[in-house]
Amino acid sequence: MKKLRSKPKIKKESISMPKQKPEVRKKNFKEVALGYTEGQAIAEAERCLQCPKPQCVEGCPVEIDIPAFIRLLLERKFDEAIEKIKEKNSLPAICGRVCPQEEQCQQHCVMGKAGDPINIGRLERFAADYEMKRKAGTHSKQATNGKKIAVIGGGPAGLTAAADLAKLGYKVVIFEALHKLGGVLVYGIPEFRLPKKIVAAEVDYVKKLGVDVKPNALIGRLFTIPELLNNGFDAVFIGTGAGLPRFLRLPGENFGGIYSANEFLIRVNLMKSYAFPSYDTPIRIGNEVAVIGAGNVAMDSARSALRLGAEKVSIVYRRSKEEMPARAEEIENAEEEGIIFRLLTNPTRFLGDEKGWVKQMECLQMQLGEPDESGRRRPIPIKNSEFFIDIDTAIIAVGRTPNPIIQRTTRGLETTKWGTIVVNEISMETGLKGVYAGGDIVTGEATVISAMGAGKRAARAIHEYLHRKIRAC
Amino acid sequence: MHKIIATKELAPKIKLFQVHAPNIAAKAKPGQFIILILDEKGERIPLTIAGFDDKKGTLSFAFNEVGKTTKQLGCYKEGDNISSIVGPLGNPSEIRKFGHVLCVGGGVMIAPLCLQIRALREAGNKITAVLGARKEDLLIFEQEVKRISNEFYVATDDGSKGFEGLDFLKTLVRTKKFQRVVVMGPVVTMKAVSEITKQYNIPTIVTLTPIMVDGMGMCGVCRVTVANETRFACIDGPEFEGHQVDFEELVNRQRMFLPEERTSSLLWEHLEGACHEKA
Ligand SMILES: Cc1cc2nc3c(=O)[nH]c(=O)nc-3n(C[C@H](O)[C@H](O)[C@H](O)COP(=O)(O)OP(=O)(O)OC[C@H]3O[C@@H](n4cnc5c(N)ncnc54)[C@H](O)[C@@H]3O)c2cc1C
Ligand SMILES: Cc1cc2nc3c(=O)[nH]c(=O)nc-3n(C[C@H](O)[C@H](O)[C@H](O)COP(=O)(O)OP(=O)(O)OC[C@H]3O[C@@H](n4cnc5c(N)ncnc54)[C@H](O)[C@@H]3O)c2cc1C
Ligand code: SF4
Ligand code: SF4
Ligand code: FES
Repeated sequence: MKKLRSKPKIKKESISMPKQKPEVRKKNFKEVALGYTEGQAIAEAERCLQCPKPQCVEGCPVEIDIPAFIRLLLERKFDEAIEKIKEKNSLPAICGRVCPQEEQCQQHCVMGKAGDPINIGRLERFAADYEMKRKAGTHSKQATNGKKIAVIGGGPAGLTAAADLAKLGYKVVIFEALHKLGGVLVYGIPEFRLPKKIVAAEVDYVKKLGVDVKPNALIGRLFTIPELLNNGFDAVFIGTGAGLPRFLRLPGENFGGIYSANEFLIRVNLMKSYAFPSYDTPIRIGNEVAVIGAGNVAMDSARSALRLGAEKVSIVYRRSKEEMPARAEEIENAEEEGIIFRLLTNPTRFLGDEKGWVKQMECLQMQLGEPDESGRRRPIPIKNSEFFIDIDTAIIAVGRTPNPIIQRTTRGLETTKWGTIVVNEISMETGLKGVYAGGDIVTGEATVISAMGAGKRAARAIHEYLHRKIRAC
Repeated sequence: MHKIIATKELAPKIKLFQVHAPNIAAKAKPGQFIILILDEKGERIPLTIAGFDDKKGTLSFAFNEVGKTTKQLGCYKEGDNISSIVGPLGNPSEIRKFGHVLCVGGGVMIAPLCLQIRALREAGNKITAVLGARKEDLLIFEQEVKRISNEFYVATDDGSKGFEGLDFLKTLVRTKKFQRVVVMGPVVTMKAVSEITKQYNIPTIVTLTPIMVDGMGMCGVCRVTVANETRFACIDGPEFEGHQVDFEELVNRQRMFLPEERTSSLLWEHLEGACHEKA
């Protein structure tokens, strides 16, 4: 037997990623996290054990062959590394940035048991950015199999379904209601977390696969689903997302200066009002901003408000820090930048001035009781604890519900009482023949990668359905 | 890209454009609107559909040059392109036989009202039309509306033509038996008419024009209070029962970005001049 030679010891700590300093970045909209250099990426890749039964893959909703792409990075075969990723994930530059990796691939990584897990997301981002810098590209493709698919919604679910179907030889048309593609990636997640040129490049990649893109096409109004099916489309995928803002339904919520997080972020990101008046869409940001909610959307809103010049920005949340749903990394970024956290605080009404502009928010102090059905401790108001916060801007970030236009205009499409579309969980098929759905429109608000996973499964299901159809006739 | 097919000045600072938009033209119905973006840096502005021609694939809308975007649009000429148009948005007007319908139009909104009057007429209604403007030379579509209505009145704020103000409506509404009232125009007009018809309990449909961004339910800036509930004008409207609308809130909300809108408009006028010839 050969004697085992002792390998060089593997570092327990992961390689950290350079970031813009808080003092600097809170005044600009440039990306906060700067990405690994080649040296850093290789050093991080070296930490991967190349597990024969890699746990990490189980944590990835689209099952990227993680050890294989890391190995290719290590061998400096960067082009092959990105190809390996793209076998499963058509939007790696985006996932590498916004996937909640700590709860997915990285949570499962065995290295996490001994030290830091491998920074899979950052490696994925490195590979994708490398490709983008070199403009290595896919060659344009031609649809080959004579079948046409309509994809409704150009968010991660729709883009992924479209890419996969195009790779299978289908002619795919994406109908997107807004003037730009990307869904939340382009209208919601801010520039400093996901530069829009990255989204544009990923959309270009999908176009290069031969996918036809139709912006400004609100399905339900411009064409209905039956019309699409009657006009040459063999199947339809609905990926319209959860974009309807939820409000608090509190008195005074319609005063000026109170935005839904969606309005605020659409103005800032999609319409680029941070560059007003160079861009036409205005935004007004006061000095004292309260953001209600503590998820990713709330963090994005608060950090954007700060960058727009607000003096004091606070996150107002009715539970405690532990229950905050945002990614740990985003909370840390927000804290570093100087966002104030007003926890165990629940707004009860807004007060306005004589011009109808918000000036104060009344709140109640809360305490935590027994866990509720979500498993989180229930916030209970403390009697007579009312107090007022002076504000001139409020941003409501307490969740979003499904976009309703398709449901309202498509007869026979089954929906839940929350307005999500009902599908067969395995086939992603709705009750209507040849009509599939996936992403936030089915699950309610979730993640980029789960929407992409749904798009993938739907593409596969559509392929099977049409094959069945082809064989039957 | 949507090519402008024809332009027409209806009155000072009020223009009617016809654009190429065959898909939208095929679907448009009275009461619906579009949102357009002029160029890469442009904002999204809503305009009500004032006509469509399915065969020619054209769509028309009338606009008032009030701020940066509408002033810039006013400089566009036949053959120029508008970067994006999305639509048709909003719910179509309810068109069926009601009986005798009073249609009140003010300012630029007379153009889309005319389209609705035609549809109401075709559905078998008797139409009394009242058109209003600040002063005589701002009155648009007078002949067109007159031709398709059974009774016709004009009112101006300064009395330069027809009745002075809308007070005469009180008598009209009291003496005629209207089954329905439709108002399209400035908020003050919609509010004033709703107050008059409320006493007689005549259903009164108003078209609300709050500030909008996406126009498809995603931002909530268009929220209005109707019957004490928050509704989104873009997907729940834009038409609502006027007796239930909180007009005061609507006015406040329309003014939310006034300082920014002024900045934008001033900058544009100073940097671009008025309509300079494009190279
Ligand atoms: C501010 C913010 C930050 C977030 N941060 C993260 C993060 O860090 N990590 C993460 O994993 N997830 C994050 N999420 C969640 C994630 O973005 C969503 O779960 C994901 O985008 C859902 O993808 P989707 O394709 O289902 O829908 P969407 O991205 O919502 O896309 C749907 C698209 O369909 C279009 N559409 C709607 N109706 C129609 C119609 N009738 N006709 C045509 N088109 C239509 C919409 O305009 C939109 O472009 C965040 C969400 C927000 C709002
Ligand atoms: C559903 C809907 C349908 C509309 N239809 C028409 C139409 O057919 N013809 C037409 O001329 N206008 C219409 N409007 C109003 C039109 O959208 C605004 O006049 C336009 O957005 C002004 O843009 P701007 O940049 O030129 O001016 P801005 O600089 O944005 O505004 C200048 C002035 O107009 C006011 N204003 C801004 N937005 C609106 C608004 N949405 N409604 C009313 N006043 C506003 C501002 O308070 C300000 O005083 C409609 C609005 C809605 C919501
Ligand atoms: S797609 Fe997301 S979950 Fe999958 S490997 Fe990449 S970062 Fe991890
Ligand atoms: S589990 Fe961790 S160490 Fe193992 S292959 Fe995956 S990334 Fe590498
Ligand atoms: S305009 Fe955005 S929701 Fe109505």
